[in-house]
Amino acid sequence: MTITADTEAATETTGRAAASRFTKLHDFGIVLSVVVIVIALSVTTQTFLSTGNLVNLLDQAAVIGLLACAATLVIISGAFDLSITAVLAVSAIVAVVVTTHAGVPAGMAAAVLTGGVLGAINGLVVITVKVHSFIATLALSIIYRGLAVILTAGAIVYPPDDRVTAFQALSWPTTLGGITAASLLFLVVAAVCWAMLAGSTFGRRIYAVGGNEEAARLSGIRVGGVRVAVFAISGVCAALAGLVLAARGGSAQASMATGMELTAIAAAVVGGTSVLGGEGAIWRGLIGVLLITLIGNGFNLLGWDTIYQQVVQGALILGAVSFDRLLRGRRS
Amino acid sequence: MSQPVRIDLEGFGKAYGGVPVLRDVSFTLYGGRVHGLLGENGAGKSTLLKAVCGAVAPDTGRVLLDGRPISVGSPRDALRHGFALISQELALVPAMTVLDNVYLGRWHNRLGWRSGRKDGRTFARLLERTGFELDPSALVRDLPLAAQQQVEILRALVSGASVIGMDEPTALLTKTETDRLMAVIRQLAADGTAVVLISHFLEEVLSVCDDVTVLRDGRHVVTGPAAEQTPDSLVRHMVGRPLELMYPEPAPVAPSAPVLLSARDVRRGTAVRGVSVEIRAGEIVGVAGLVGSGRSETLRAIFGADARDGGTVVVDDRAVPSGSPPQAMAAGMAMVPESRKEQGLVLARSVRENMALASLGSRQLAGFVQGGAERSVAGTMLRDLDVRGSDLSGPVWTLSGGNQQKVLFGKWLLERPRVLLVDEPTRGVDVAAKSQIHRLLVDLAAEGMAVLMVSSEVEEVLGLSHRVLVMRHGRLVAEYARGEATREQVLAMAFADDLPGTDPPPEPGGRAAPGRVDPTTPTVSSRTSTEEQR
Ligand SMILES: Nc1ncnc2c1ncn2[C@@H]1O[C@H](COP(=O)(O)OP(=O)(O)OP(=O)(O)O)[C@@H](O)[C@H]1O
Ligand SMILES: [Mg+2]
Repeated sequence: MTITADTEAATETTGRAAASRFTKLHDFGIVLSVVVIVIALSVTTQTFLSTGNLVNLLDQAAVIGLLACAATLVIISGAFDLSITAVLAVSAIVAVVVTTHAGVPAGMAAAVLTGGVLGAINGLVVITVKVHSFIATLALSIIYRGLAVILTAGAIVYPPDDRVTAFQALSWPTTLGGITAASLLFLVVAAVCWAMLAGSTFGRRIYAVGGNEEAARLSGIRVGGVRVAVFAISGVCAALAGLVLAARGGSAQASMATGMELTAIAAAVVGGTSVLGGEGAIWRGLIGVLLITLIGNGFNLLGWDTIYQQVVQGALILGAVSFDRLLRGRRS
Repeated sequence: MSQPVRIDLEGFGKAYGGVPVLRDVSFTLYGGRVHGLLGENGAGKSTLLKAVCGAVAPDTGRVLLDGRPISVGSPRDALRHGFALISQELALVPAMTVLDNVYLGRWHNRLGWRSGRKDGRTFARLLERTGFELDPSALVRDLPLAAQQQVEILRALVSGASVIGMDEPTALLTKTETDRLMAVIRQLAADGTAVVLISHFLEEVLSVCDDVTVLRDGRHVVTGPAAEQTPDSLVRHMVGRPLELMYPEPAPVAPSAPVLLSARDVRRGTAVRGVSVEIRAGEIVGVAGLVGSGRSETLRAIFGADARDGGTVVVDDRAVPSGSPPQAMAAGMAMVPESRKEQGLVLARSVRENMALASLGSRQLAGFVQGGAERSVAGTMLRDLDVRGSDLSGPVWTLSGGNQQKVLFGKWLLERPRVLLVDEPTRGVDVAAKSQIHRLLVDLAAEGMAVLMVSSEVEEVLGLSHRVLVMRHGRLVAEYARGEATREQVLAMAFADDLPGTDPPPEPGGRAAPGRVDPTTPTVSSRTSTEEQR
């Protein structure tokens, strides 16, 4: 049945193998950009590579990192979730309220559950109302913020004094080289998401739904189920980020982390995850987070005036992404 | 028309990621002549045409127009020199009208304001010249494919194109539509245009083209008058050796073979109006019919891609619920859909992931993909189907059209379904690969699979099927045993009431059939055919 001349097929295959190694290199342009910044900071400052600073850097990256994992998953599945920070706020408030009545472990569990449920609601609304997820989650995020205001009566809420220390456990350093519990949580969540997306059949389904929903459906994939699950996971990540933020401040309020969902989406996309869905990876989101956090850190270390930070941050992101594009070449 | 133009293509070369797909290709086109471009899937035909029309940047190569080198660095440049490309995937704005699409970007205007009246007048003259029947105010997305193609052709003419490249324009057309297009192509040539035509239908190429060029593995093999070639000689040039082009004989079905698929009175809207079919193990049943007759809709309704309005589907005594592909698959059904780009493949993902997609559950451990097992089954399938142009890890969108089709097939064969529904199994596939797919279908049936196949190529239906069904207006109107029907009979049944002098069959509730497909002139009023293209 096969009609290729064997020798020709062989040269073709080796050629292709070389070519795909070549393309793999192309994919790492954004990593190169980050490496350049790291080297620049290591050379220009003495403090950058100190343990203290690296621990600090990781801690700073935890909240945005958790949110970026959520954003990456949702974007790869071909949707957007603009409600993550609203979910974050509601979950954090629930954590404080439940902690007050039933203790810290119950409070944390309730927060995670809240995140999962709100996320699943997002997913259900998106698949039943069939409006674009961008609009659906925007509307829902307004509702959630409103809910947060109702829960707190517009005030800042605190856990009771005797439970504050336990409530703030996530901001404590751990025995692992002194990195905070929050950093550890972020690393674990990122690793789980990474493994799930890259190695599990569920991950494959996420890519397929994002890349071509109809083809996925005709391949027997329950598209609605995948969407709801992805939004639920996104909600859980948001709740965890909420716990970290509440632990740091020892309080929660309705306006927490406003606008940070856009930073998270930016982090996901900067790393090379396609806004069209179906393409991307968790590590790309992490690279984006690193890039964004590094810039803030660099300003600090170099003692530059922070009034320029946003301009430089925007410019650097643009530069890194253009470099990435350039390396990956023109694509039809 | 004075001296016909002469276009020399010189030394075209292109490599993707270090792998050459075009190697030093040179030949000459002439105004007033139709030039056929042939080659196997992945030979580089589309790449060459795109390079000439500025859609991809070649690594080497230049175009001489009447001896003068011209720059075709972008589609805009190419258009300025009169080079227009009608690509494999049409490039129209679906939400705009026919008129707006035809004049896209070059509307007549007065002081910056659009002058629709003037456009309308020149449009009428264009229709006269080409003999197309198009409603200028119809939305492009409502048009059947053949009409959309006409819009593209008109657009090329409006841009004053003297060289028009058409990449597999007939792959999606039925016989009558193809004949109509061939007449238009001859007309264009008679007006002095140089037409380049890519097609996998050798007879079609030999009948309409003045010259032919064959590419193989990106290399130029031969250019010469079409009159000096035969289908056999073309195949020899394309494949590099002679190849038997006969349809393989399907193995006889044992009289005792059990019925695997039994569909009763399947209905869906106006497209499928009560179709019943039984297929036994080892049997290939082919469905012929016009575009819009409800063939694809029938397959989709049986599989559950669309919910049924009525009727039952039973596979092996197991009732298959309506509208659930997972349940249909669990019952042992598989469907190779008609459009690989929209319904079949996740273009951004790799060959391997696409092949694995419909059977993820069977190679998993605690929810994780078993990479080794997946690589090995996908790799075997890749070799069995002779997919060329990529290894397992390459994204599917970089494959040529025919190789994409093979990947789509492979995806559904990994699970060895008991009932295989295939819609246009060889669309856009080259002659060699086509006979491979034919062989494959016959072999699968011989192993006991029940196959229901829809094809717009009547020869394919007649050549492969144990039984031939003809569909018209959502109903089965004829059934022939193997060898019982001729091509003409099948076509006559497919058209029947559309032929002048015969009465349409009574419709339920006394309504007239919505949007009939007119056999002689592709019109724009065909609602059912647009449904088929979704
Ligand atoms: N953007 C791309 N990146 C990598 N490889 C590509 C790209 N575009 C095309 N190719 C490869 O170039 C080769 C030629 O492709 P091309 O589309 O020109 O083939 P073709 O002759 O038109 O085939 P078909 O008859 O199947 O349409 C194929 O092997 C294809 O995989
Ligand atoms: Mg092609």
